[in-house]
Amino acid sequence: MERDDLIEYSLHTHHDEAKGKSIRKKILKVTILLTVITTVEVFIGAFIKQSNDLWAFVKWSFIIMTLVKAAYIVMVFMHLGDEKKALRNVILIPYAIFIAYLIFIGLWEAAEVSSALKSFGF
Amino acid sequence: MAGHTTQLDAKTLWGGKESPFQTSYGKLMMWFFLVSDALTFSGLLIAYGFTRHDAQDAWPIGEETFNSMPFLGHGYPLLYVALMTFILIVSSVTMVLAVEAGHRMDRKGVTNWMIATIIGGFFFVGSQAWEWSHFIHGSEFGKIELADGSQAIVKGHFGEIKNFTVIEAGKHHKVGEVMKDDLMHEFQHAAEKGHLEGGNIHFADGTVAKINKAKDHEMKLIIKKSGAKHEIGGTPITGAAAEKVYYEALYSGEANRVVYGANMKQNEYGPQQYAQFFFFITGFHGFHVFSGVMINIIILLGVLAGTYHKRGHYEMVEKTGLYWHFVDLVWVFVFTFFYLI
Repeated sequence: MERDDLIEYSLHTHHDEAKGKSIRKKILKVTILLTVITTVEVFIGAFIKQSNDLWAFVKWSFIIMTLVKAAYIVMVFMHLGDEKKALRNVILIPYAIFIAYLIFIGLWEAAEVSSALKSFGF
Repeated sequence: MAGHTTQLDAKTLWGGKESPFQTSYGKLMMWFFLVSDALTFSGLLIAYGFTRHDAQDAWPIGEETFNSMPFLGHGYPLLYVALMTFILIVSSVTMVLAVEAGHRMDRKGVTNWMIATIIGGFFFVGSQAWEWSHFIHGSEFGKIELADGSQAIVKGHFGEIKNFTVIEAGKHHKVGEVMKDDLMHEFQHAAEKGHLEGGNIHFADGTVAKINKAKDHEMKLIIKKSGAKHEIGGTPITGAAAEKVYYEALYSGEANRVVYGANMKQNEYGPQQYAQFFFFITGFHGFHVFSGVMINIIILLGVLAGTYHKRGHYEMVEKTGLYWHFVDLVWVFVFTFFYLI
């Protein structure tokens, strides 16, 4: 039912069969991509041990692949890519700032605690 | 400001009709909830990273800990958890297809894709239950404390225990009797209590029996705590040398030399915090999946009753979809930081 005092945005998301077809095609592409990335991760994880010289490189490639997967899930599956720019920023920017800080402080403190444990032990 | 008025019209004053985000209230609130939930999970994973950074080499490695498959035994590093990840991704895809069908007001499509999503969710929760059970019961070898005080986890194929032959009679058993029931359980229980001595098992009723056990294969000891002789990060002890030190410790007759599985006090995989993080993070995520499945079922009932069709839009499916994708999103990170790195 239409109201004149507010806009029912829920009704704006409707689309027809033709648009649906292109959306489904996009979903299929993203599915294949996510599956391929996961398979690659498992193969690398099973065959390259942490003692390997390549480990630092492997670790960072895991993190990058994870971020790529996360971006596709958020932007395509959760439709954040189709929302207004203002909404996208309200969701992503505060989160990104806070997490960047938390990761920094977590690793920094862990390194300090680790070296303190090595020096004094317990 | 007496005598002064300002003319207001719809152009200069926000009339309240249009939303700056051009989205509905419900969807916006779901997004805000998800941001706060994401912060909770991030906090947990960063705490995990912090603790792990402290422990360094003693921390267990994913492919060493999680290498079993249901019905197939072990030797399949990360395969099961990869399968779980795949199941969750697929159920996320079926959910987004349900949302897409909702945008076309295709009630039958929404119903079918929702059912597929719920089945995927149950599969995932079931897989996690199996994984927890496996983690709690642990391996056949357990973690062993060697004679020099170092601790090692053990890989390889455990030779089957065939039977116990009684060599000293007790209250309930005669000499020469052959026990065939519940051998593994009795064996591990006795090992923890220090009731294994020189290849014999001692029971509470005074019975002593000889353990008839097949030979182990490809045994490998990986040191997780340094002792007088063996250091963390050194080359693993293998073959006959491994069997010698392992059984020396296991058959020493001392209690608490071996740990099987995991609980809140100790675990066979590594530092104590490892199991606690495992239980808390995967448990918290599993609880999200479980509640997600329940919410999906409630929404499916609404779809079947035609509630949303009458309303003119399937936004409820979209909102639960957001939550369901979020659960998948969290798992992507748990998978990387808990299992891969």
